This record gives sequence, C-alpha cells and structure tokens, in this order.
Amino acid sequence: MVHSARVLALPNPKPTPPVSKAALYPLAPKPVGVPARAVRIGRSIVAQLAAPVLTIAFLLILWQILASSPTSALPSPLKVIDDSWEIIVNPFKVGNGIDQGLFWHVTASLVRVGYGYALAAVVGIGFGVLLGQSTLAMRGLDPVFQVLRTIPPLAWLPLSLAAFRDGQPSAIFVIFITSVWPILINTSVGIRNIPQDYRNVAKVLRLSPIEFFIRIMVPATVPHMFTGLRIGIGLSWLAIVAAEMLIGGVGIGFFIWDAWNSSLISDIIVALVYVGVVGFLLDRSIAAVGHLLTRGTAAQ
Amino acid sequence: MAYLTIDHVGISFQRAGASTEVLRDVNLSIDKGEYVSIIGHSGCGKSTVLNIVAGLLEPTQGGVLLEGRAVSGPGPDRAVVFQNHSLLPWLTVRENVELAVNKVFRGKKSKAERRDWTRHNLELVHMAHAENKRPHEISGGMKQRVGIARALAMEPKILLLDEPFGALDALTRAHLQDQVMEIHGRLGNTIIMITHDVDEAVLLSDRIVMMTNGPAATIGEDLRVDLARPRRRLELVGNPTYNDARAAVLEFLYARHRAPTLAA
Repeated sequence: MVHSARVLALPNPKPTPPVSKAALYPLAPKPVGVPARAVRIGRSIVAQLAAPVLTIAFLLILWQILASSPTSALPSPLKVIDDSWEIIVNPFKVGNGIDQGLFWHVTASLVRVGYGYALAAVVGIGFGVLLGQSTLAMRGLDPVFQVLRTIPPLAWLPLSLAAFRDGQPSAIFVIFITSVWPILINTSVGIRNIPQDYRNVAKVLRLSPIEFFIRIMVPATVPHMFTGLRIGIGLSWLAIVAAEMLIGGVGIGFFIWDAWNSSLISDIIVALVYVGVVGFLLDRSIAAVGHLLTRGTAAQ
Repeated sequence: MAYLTIDHVGISFQRAGASTEVLRDVNLSIDKGEYVSIIGHSGCGKSTVLNIVAGLLEPTQGGVLLEGRAVSGPGPDRAVVFQNHSLLPWLTVRENVELAVNKVFRGKKSKAERRDWTRHNLELVHMAHAENKRPHEISGGMKQRVGIARALAMEPKILLLDEPFGALDALTRAHLQDQVMEIHGRLGNTIIMITHDVDEAVLLSDRIVMMTNGPAATIGEDLRVDLARPRRRLELVGNPTYNDARAAVLEFLYARHRAPTLAA
C-alpha cells in the first residue's frame, strides 16, 4: 500500500560549493600523457563501481542459495532468467491487447504519470505561490489541504472512477492528487522563507509585482520547489503501479497483477526490476533539472 | 527648511493585543551633505528610525519630510545599505547593481549609459574586478562594498546605512570606513548611519545623535563633531576635539543611559 504521502517537507538540500581539483589533490602530479590519464580515469571508475557491483553480486548469490530448495515458494535468480527469458529478451514485442513487451507497459505507465504529474506541477506551484503570498489564502485553504493530503492515493480511485467512468482519467487523477501536495506545500514554504531582506530590497527598488515574481520569488523558491517536485515524482511512481493493478489495461501495474493471476512469479520479479530502475531514473532526472536550475542560488 | 526632517515621530507595535511604544517624539533635522550617525544600545529602536526614514515602516505619529515633501513608502531616493548586505545570491555582483540601475534609470539613460554607470559605481568601491563573481564567492567586506555600490548607483537623495560594518572584522571595517569617508568627501552625499561603535561614529560623522533606551526611546543628545575633513584615523589619535567627542558619547552611553541589562 502507498502510505508515504505524509513525508512532505524535506529540508532544502544545500548544494555543496564546488571544490576545485587542486584543493582536493594538492599533490596531484602535473598533467601527463594520454595513456597514463586514461589509466587513472579507468582506475577511478573501477573504484567507484567495485562496491555496488560486489554488493549486488553478493545479494544475488545469497538469493540463489536461499531460493534453491525445491520447496521454495519464490524462484531463484537463475530460475527467473530461465522462466522469463521470453519477456527479458523481447521488451519491444508488440502483440494483441495487453500482450505487449515490458517497454510498452512501462511507457503506458509513464504517459499516465506524465499527464498527472504535469498537472500537479502546474496546480501545485500555482496554489503554492498563492498560499505563500497570501495569509488569507493560507488561513482558508491550509486546513483543507492538510486533511486532504493525508488521504492515501488509492482511496481516491473509487471516487474518481465514479466521476470519470473510465480507467485512464481516473489513474491520471490519482497521480495528480498524490503528487500535488508535496509540490504545493514545499512551494508555499519556499515563498514564506524568502528572507525579509530580499523583500526590503524589492521595496526600496520599487519592483512591480511581476518584476518581484521573476527577479526574486522564482529564484529564491526554486530549491524548495524542486524538493517538492522530486518527492512528487517518487510518490507518483509509487501510486501508478497500485492504481493500474485496479484499473487494468496496458501498464506495468496491471502487468504485475496479471502475472500474479497467472502464477508467473518470475515475470513479477522482472517487472519489479523495471519499476525500480525507472523510479530511480525519474528521481534522478528531476534532481538533475533542479540542480541545473539552482546553480546560481548555491549556499550564500 | 532642512533637507530632511524627522518630525515628532513615534511608533508602537501591536503584538498579541499588547501595544509596545518603541519610539516617542523623535525630532531630527539634517542638512544636505551632512553625515549623521545615530548611536544607542541595542534594542533602543535606532534601526526603527532608519526604517521609518526608508519608508519600510510607517510611523504611528508624526512623519518624515525629504526636501519639504512627506515620505510615504520605500523608494530609491532613500537607498538603504543593509547590515547583512542583502545581495541576491543568484545574481552576479554586476547584475545585483544592474538590477537597481535598470530599475531607477530605465527611460532616463541609454543601455550603454546604464552599463557604464554600473561599472562606474563598482569602480567607486573598488569592486569592478569581481563583477562576474556571485556573492558567495566574495568576502563579507566585499559584499558590503557591493551593497554600497548598489545604493550609490540609485543616486539617492539620502543614503541610509544600517550598521553597515557591524558584521565585519576590525581591519576590514577600518578599510571600509575609510572608503565611505572618501566617497562622502568626493560626492557630498547626505548620510544617516546607524551604529553602536563609538569610534566609528566620531570618526565618520558631522553629528552624532544619541538615543535613550527604550521603551519609548527618543533622542537624548545631538553632538556636533567639529573635525576638519578629510579625516585620517592616525592623525586623530590624541586630537583634543576627537577625544572630547568620544568622551561625551561614552559618558552618555555608559554613565547616563546604561543598557538596562548592564545596569542590573
């Protein structure tokens, strides 16, 4: 079940100031020939990758040992590869109905997340600005939002099915309602945290409301906004799998549910690997965009 | 008529139903080109006086006149140098000053003129070399110099300095005080400076306005410092006028109007 919608305001991650190479390696030798440099870079990549690769190998071996007994309820890694070879090697397969390659299932889920999340970003940032700027709006809307945001995403699904009478918009609505709260609340917190000094500067310069929005509010709030956007994308991905299990059709969630109904446990494991990797990439890509946009606002 | 008049200004703050009177009956007239320091113990409301002149606070009683016109709301004709520099961290040094220049001189100066004017003001505070740095890449003293450049670039009628050197180390502070004196000598700005540093007040000011302790603080004494300009800090050591002024301020602050916390 997806209950983690309650973690909303993470502290604003402070980007670490850039440290020059020279400061890190005060005794670094002068630049040498290309082969020597290639060796050094290669060595550092190996050093970076060694730990995760070894950890994964260890976990796989452990899993293999634990699941090897003939009475084991879950398949071992080798058995997963053996059972699900078909879907592992054919991610782009195009078939009839829900008989599609995993790539297409993931894509269908991503499209739903894309719609719901984009809507949540627009509405969340919009209302976040309103709540941050207006004490009256804060007083009126905050209690409502505080109650609404604690409702688990899936609890909205029956209601949205009743309202939309169709799976696709219902799933999109669930994504929207899941991810809008962290975006909204973090944006409003960001705006409330704009230092009084910046507001005073704007007043002395007599910036217009639009100039204030562009020159001060947006740059000062972007780090908070992206904290919210990042939590939001994570929650969206958590919610879509559960929602799709219930609405059916093409999508990674229903693929998992369908595999369970057909007792294809190995297929479920392959699908979970996809879900995990895609969720990780989503999180990292939002973080990367945020990092790009907040370069200038680094620790002051 | 004085250039700037603070006329019977009083202010009270409401909090949780209780009203606190911070300032009562503050009267002060400042001539064009004068350098006036306001000194007092912390919490006496000296920054509140500055914020009222800046228009950031609305007085409950009385008002402020600049060139005979009542002041209402903040504006670039009363530029403020804030204690903690208040540069926008996402803008470079040049962009911070440019923001002010573009806002104040849009339609009055061409784009090239505005760029030259920005550059000129950065040169005035010896910061042109760092124009492309961001605030977190430069030292505290440098940030404050950029803050001063930003304020000067607005060509204010009066420059308001809110403890501008308070957050700096002693050597940087002395260096910056010399630069402000030099700029004041060159441009003849009218300046109000809030400070709690007696030596700073005596060295820089034409007049030192001493505030009594709150609540309902007001001006206790107004001392003229008759020292020729340009002043050099080394030459003033042992100067009788300097020493007398210093003694008078110290006497006011520590004998007649001790800080309430120290008196206990």
